[in-house]
Amino acid sequence: MAGRMSSATCSTTSMPPDIEAIAEQVFIALADPTRRSILAALASGGPATATDLADRLPITRQAIAKHLSLLAEVGLVTAEHGERRRVRYRLRSAPMQMAQQFLAALARDWDARLDALQVHLGR
Amino acid sequence: MGFPDRIERTVELDHPQTKVWAALTTAEGLGAWFGDQATIDLRPGGTAQMAWTSGDRAEMRVERVEEPTIFGFTWHIYGLPEDDPRRTYVEFTLEPNGAGTRLTVTETGFAQLPEDAHSKAFGGNTDGWAHELGDLLDYLDAA
Repeated sequence: MAGRMSSATCSTTSMPPDIEAIAEQVFIALADPTRRSILAALASGGPATATDLADRLPITRQAIAKHLSLLAEVGLVTAEHGERRRVRYRLRSAPMQMAQQFLAALARDWDARLDALQVHLGR
Repeated sequence: MGFPDRIERTVELDHPQTKVWAALTTAEGLGAWFGDQATIDLRPGGTAQMAWTSGDRAEMRVERVEEPTIFGFTWHIYGLPEDDPRRTYVEFTLEPNGAGTRLTVTETGFAQLPEDAHSKAFGGNTDGWAHELGDLLDYLDAA
């Protein structure tokens, strides 16, 4: 549980945030093809119930519910309680954006840029 | 896992410092090796822009200009939303090395967080705890 973990290790709001733990949770979530398809469906179609998702994806409602609860635990989706006790799940982008910073560092590619500089100077 | 906050590279260039400085700090230079096109207002607070034929663009804010040794700018973190305030800082350091130049580039700030990101990422959980602990202290103080 991301939330519990953070409150257990920190006693004030100014503690160093564990960006690495968040990024790791995102990558673990994305490593599974079913969870990727659930996240993709929420990203493209907006908030949905487990039943909605089961109609759209070739996965049982039970399996979807199991994955949704894991995704909610790590903060990638949030459960909204709507009418008639229907729970809709909504994508949360904040943890994704932290993982993106990790990817951005890998994608900066200064090696290729400095090679290009050397080629430029050599002319 | 190891979250990289800082990238650093050093290269030895067989070219004089003034020539390397021009390649890094002029529109002609930046447009030749970095972007496909560039503009630059070379002063702290000035804006530099680069465009690529792919359609990608980058806007930089010039932060440090100490000719011919230090050129620093900040720019957006690729992949984050346009309005995200986080930026990384890139600094080029040029040192003469014989007839050539030792060029070091560092880029820092990949692991930074905006002020509200932590509570955003954790759904406000930690704020909740701080709030509750504050309430407890108030209660104990009053007791």
